[in-house]
Amino acid sequence: MPKLTYAQAALEAIRHSMTADPKVWCVGEDLGRGGVFGQYKGLREEFGEDRISDAPISEAAIMGAAFGAALAGTRPIVEMRFADFALCATDELVNQIAKARFMFGGQSRAPMVIRKPMGLWRSSAAQHSQSLESWYTHIPGLVVVCPATPQDNYSLLRAAIHCDDPVVYLEHKNIWANEGEVDFDLEIPIGEADIRRSGKDVTIVSWSNTANVAVEAANALAKDGVEAEVIDLRSLWPWDKSAVIESVRKTGRLVVAHESVSVGGFGAEVVATVAETAADALKGRIRRLGAPRSLIAYAPNLEDKMRVTAEMISAAALETTGS
Amino acid sequence: MGQENFDPKRGRALLRMMERIRAFEEQACLAAERDKLVLGAIHPSIGQEAVATGVMSTLNQSDYLLSTHRGHGHTLAKGADPVAMMRELLGREGGCCGGKGGSMHIADFNVGMLGANGVVSANITIAAGAAHGIKLLGDKRIVVDIFGDGAINRGPFLEGLNWAMVFDLPILFICEDNQYSATTKTSSMTGGEGAAARASALGLRATVVDGNDVEVVADVSAEICGRLREGGKPEFLHALTYRQTGHTSFDPAAYRPEGEAAEQKAKHDPIARQRDMLATAGVSEDELDAIHIDASAEMIEALRLAAASPFPDDATVFLDVQDIGSPAVEAY
Repeated sequence: MPKLTYAQAALEAIRHSMTADPKVWCVGEDLGRGGVFGQYKGLREEFGEDRISDAPISEAAIMGAAFGAALAGTRPIVEMRFADFALCATDELVNQIAKARFMFGGQSRAPMVIRKPMGLWRSSAAQHSQSLESWYTHIPGLVVVCPATPQDNYSLLRAAIHCDDPVVYLEHKNIWANEGEVDFDLEIPIGEADIRRSGKDVTIVSWSNTANVAVEAANALAKDGVEAEVIDLRSLWPWDKSAVIESVRKTGRLVVAHESVSVGGFGAEVVATVAETAADALKGRIRRLGAPRSLIAYAPNLEDKMRVTAEMISAAALETTGS
Repeated sequence: MGQENFDPKRGRALLRMMERIRAFEEQACLAAERDKLVLGAIHPSIGQEAVATGVMSTLNQSDYLLSTHRGHGHTLAKGADPVAMMRELLGREGGCCGGKGGSMHIADFNVGMLGANGVVSANITIAAGAAHGIKLLGDKRIVVDIFGDGAINRGPFLEGLNWAMVFDLPILFICEDNQYSATTKTSSMTGGEGAAARASALGLRATVVDGNDVEVVADVSAEICGRLREGGKPEFLHALTYRQTGHTSFDPAAYRPEGEAAEQKAKHDPIARQRDMLATAGVSEDELDAIHIDASAEMIEALRLAAASPFPDDATVFLDVQDIGSPAVEAY
């Protein structure tokens, strides 16, 4: 199996999907030169300028036109450059793309992937660092995917391109260079969590880069004799409730950790679901870790105040076990 | 349009379509106000029928149309079934959208009508995209996108027109100017020289027409669409017309200057003008009356059929939202 970075894995997914289906194309700013993070590098040479399409800095038109092209029978991959900039195209995503199939009584589909690189990326400040994944889970019609590993970024991007629903595809921009083995034949259905590490003492639920941080935390906990089970949800709508419930029934303890703001975050949804369906299995109080409800600063020391670290996750896990 | 080129056969067909649109909307307004059968808002285009009729007379069914919340006329003229449309306005089974969209989201993909839109200006980027899709797929179609004068003050107007120019797309943008942005005079809200000047500034060839003269609208649209079919660049049509009703069927439009609507109806009503044109060309009053009576009868029957249709099955509420994570499987 080839060893690829998180960014290369996505690039290969696009290459393979574009080769298999001539209706797949990509559109966004600076794609011809390889994209702002190099995640499209070389694709224009291979597929031409119509299918790796450079767009004006017009996020609303990128999103709206891609949607129109989807209605006309193509399968666009939309690049929003930074998740923050996708807010310029909110009407197009939320009022148009998410609703068209339903409003038109099933006459249309919007088979689109909307790539939105998100998350903390050193000293990018308040308009280039946000994690807004929980917003999109609140919009019926959208699928929400947050891959954390190269394998998942390959397999889930392929699944997203293949599916007929609009998929908000949130890659974490701090892990473009993370490496891992990628099996091109591995199909991963959207909605299935990955048990990144098995354990019997405490369940840690996370997604995106924080799932990687949670694995670090679990490895540290193992040295203290605490076996944590790390569940990487990988997608937030749909999300793998049964994997979480099953794990909590086994461990009796739950920590939920994510990079986005804790208040109103998707962690609250996970915790509420466990409270409604498996409260009887809990042996300790639940812990929920997210960013404080404040803004991301430029200065590194201030930026770090917004981070959920491995130390914070281990400490929370120990707290649930009463250690 | 001079009398010397007038084709009474086409003229009759254009009148017939305008009469059908007006009759449809008059029945829809009765269904709303008299019968209380239309529960949501409807936005009539009474007085604006020449734009829908003239433009659609030049399109093929395979061409794409995108429209606005004031889109009954466009949809009907594109070839949609008035019974299915009326069912949609009443939220009934058998409506174009299964009763899920209503008046503001009417669509009929079978006749290339890719949707009315409840958000002003939003269809402009989507229409540019439909044309982009056509180009990518190598299809032989063109796109017509109709929006109102209020839409030129939102960002998608600039982004969508620029997009069409940058990618050289087969699309005709039409500003159907009824002079009002909801309940405010658009002229009081618009800087510069207006719609056509803005389109010209973005590089589009822009034409201004009397949007109450269906013959002129049909002729000009045919010329533009002909150029688009031969690979021409995107174009812009500013059609000047007048909304004879309020913003919605329930709006008495008391904000209009006194006498404005009466004068427009008396002098510029597109149906009356086309009747005069045909009468001058020798078509009998009886024949013109028959066109009117037939259109009314068709739409009275459409309303009767729609009102007799059941509401959609409750089970459809969770259908056609999404495949993965469908509310039919998990809604919480």
